[in-house]
Amino acid sequence: MSVERIKKILGHLPTHIVLIGLCAIWLIPAFGLLITSLRPFQNINTSGWWTVLAAPRGSEEYSQTCASCHGSDGKAIAWADHTDPEVVQQYPRSIKLLAMLKQDHKGQPHLGDIPMPEPQQAADIADYLKRISGIEVRPRFTLNNYVDALMGYRGRNNYVTDCATGEQALDLNCDTSDLLNPRGMGRAFLNSLLVAIPCTILPIILASFAGYAFSWIHFRSRVWLFALLVGLQIVPLQMTLIPISRLYAQLGLNGTFLGIWLFHTGFGLPYAIYLMRNFLGSLPRDLFESAYLDGASHWTAFWRLALPLSVPALASLGIFQFLWIWNDLLVALVFLGGQKPVLTYQISNMVSSLGAGWHLLTAAAFISMALPMIVFFSLQRYFVRGMLAGAVKG
Amino acid sequence: MAGVIYDHVTKRFGEVVAVNDMNLDVPDKEFLVLVGPSGCGKTTALRLLAGLEEITSGEIKISDRVVNDVAPKDRDIAMVFQSYALYPHMSVYDNMAFGLKLRKTPKPEIDQRVKDAAEILGIEMLLDRKPRQLSGGQRQRVALGRAIVRNPQVFLMDEPLSNLDAKLRVQTRAEISKLHQSLQTTFIYVTHDQTEAMTMGTRIAVMKDGILKQVDTPQKLYDHPDNMFVAGFIGSPAMNFFETKLSGTAEEMYVEGPGFKLRVPPDKTKALKGHLGKEVVFGIRPEDIHDRDFAPPGITAEPVTTMVDVTELMGSEVYVYLLSDSKSFIGRFAPRTSARVGKQIDAGFDMGNVHFFDRSSEKTIR
Repeated sequence: MSVERIKKILGHLPTHIVLIGLCAIWLIPAFGLLITSLRPFQNINTSGWWTVLAAPRGSEEYSQTCASCHGSDGKAIAWADHTDPEVVQQYPRSIKLLAMLKQDHKGQPHLGDIPMPEPQQAADIADYLKRISGIEVRPRFTLNNYVDALMGYRGRNNYVTDCATGEQALDLNCDTSDLLNPRGMGRAFLNSLLVAIPCTILPIILASFAGYAFSWIHFRSRVWLFALLVGLQIVPLQMTLIPISRLYAQLGLNGTFLGIWLFHTGFGLPYAIYLMRNFLGSLPRDLFESAYLDGASHWTAFWRLALPLSVPALASLGIFQFLWIWNDLLVALVFLGGQKPVLTYQISNMVSSLGAGWHLLTAAAFISMALPMIVFFSLQRYFVRGMLAGAVKG
Repeated sequence: MAGVIYDHVTKRFGEVVAVNDMNLDVPDKEFLVLVGPSGCGKTTALRLLAGLEEITSGEIKISDRVVNDVAPKDRDIAMVFQSYALYPHMSVYDNMAFGLKLRKTPKPEIDQRVKDAAEILGIEMLLDRKPRQLSGGQRQRVALGRAIVRNPQVFLMDEPLSNLDAKLRVQTRAEISKLHQSLQTTFIYVTHDQTEAMTMGTRIAVMKDGILKQVDTPQKLYDHPDNMFVAGFIGSPAMNFFETKLSGTAEEMYVEGPGFKLRVPPDKTKALKGHLGKEVVFGIRPEDIHDRDFAPPGITAEPVTTMVDVTELMGSEVYVYLLSDSKSFIGRFAPRTSARVGKQIDAGFDMGNVHFFDRSSEKTIR
């Protein structure tokens, strides 16, 4: 390898380190969130996500305290088989276990020379005993959190178990209709789609029309109208919440999808028009004049020429508008609230009402992240503007 | 098939007059070249005809129909743009068929016309490609093809060759001329390149600052320019101009310039009589200045003593930059010339091919 190449690699090294660092900063919490969402909630409450592949809880304490007599698999003493549920059931908690250990066994101390375990260690051993005896076996990974979140389950156990034992809450039917339970993320997901899709498509279509008109149709006071629209971008959304809410109350639009479609379309348009005008205005003028000479009206030129060529702009505009609507809580809270809860509203509810419901919160977070990630990865190639190559001599 | 008439056409952009009272009559089947330096209004004149700009005053007629208020698409014209303006998202076939489809031409006919045009231009194998997959020359052909399939009354071309390399330009130049002959349609062609104008045009219209300076056949334009601008613009290297004074008598007239005094040929004295004793501009083309030792036979080359400043060998000839009384001018000498830099030689002015211009109006004195 030549000196030049080494120098080159070393020159890029700081950039690479920074990039890797940035990736790690973003990826590690996301990864932790994903792992957490896939663990049983009992595990989440007792250990961190990074211990997910470590030995099960209590196994170390068990091998220190019990394994010398009972064997590492717990079966060495036949009449006190630790894998027998009936034996283990007598000591479900650390207090009973400690009390039994303190009693003499055949005149000797039960543990002999081995030191008595601390209460926390005893609890871990009890937990371990339940695991090897099969009383309470928890898998390392489970999808129950996702099911619970989707169905809107709010109990002490989980949806699958409760339904199996018939102990489910009154608002659950234990069939697929539970996906539409108003407390669940499934219904919220659907509501979010019903909000986000029209709120993305409407402003983009209207902005494309307007952008074309501002770029290629000559009409009076075109510049002033455009300047006004650009100026509208600085109107803060919060300022309009009360007047529009009052207006909607009179029109009966509060809590309806139509209301929120209109609101998001209105607030998305100024920027969308600005972006579309700048993009369409940057297309070569010759192209449109050529089309007009070929016999195209403005309508044809828009659909056959402007729209196909502005796919990159439409895609990036679509992605940003979609993500903004999808992640919006404020507008959805004010105009839809609990009547038609969206994802962000449901997540915010979980934090407040369940406090420590980490297992549901992480699963819900991942459910709400799924679609934006799909949208982004499937459309990201449109971020690269390569469509115009070959139109004019480059 | 139709002629085009510009009748007192004026176009203003705010304060700027882009085309000033233009009168031009282009008969049917003519290849008219609009030529001039950049910013002279030639492209604007073409865009007015295409309907891409609105006329401020005057009338434009296509085949005797006033088209001032006719939309571009209804003028039955096709235009080839400098940038080609191909639709980047359509295949070559669709690019060419676009105009026909919009005019609701039956499908088999579209197919036939596109295939025919592609055959004329030799682009049959490119029909499925996208513009970005084509070379510059191929894109240029597609742009031509898009105009041909429409079968318009008038073809407009706005510097269609300026984006091609030199070799391809020469080749395409000849092809467009051939196309004009086979299509038998009116062509109006805008260029700033006087070689293109000279080689392609049936007639040439020279423009400057929005004003049409002269319209004539290439040969007449070259031999008998109406004014100093046309004289200087057409021809390469450009015509030499000298500030001179006419002296002598009406019978024996002399032109006195920097470092020379030459007899005006008798056939020109009549026109110049009125300017006797006054200052005039004397013009002579480089090819009419010879090395006296190698002047072609039959030419009376009047001697002018000059100093050789620079020589440029072009192969078939030598451009010699000469100094006469510190006034610089160019002669086109045979390569055998003995002119060497720094040497004094006798240049021969062919007085049979000289031009005189009025100093103030810059018009040719006839």
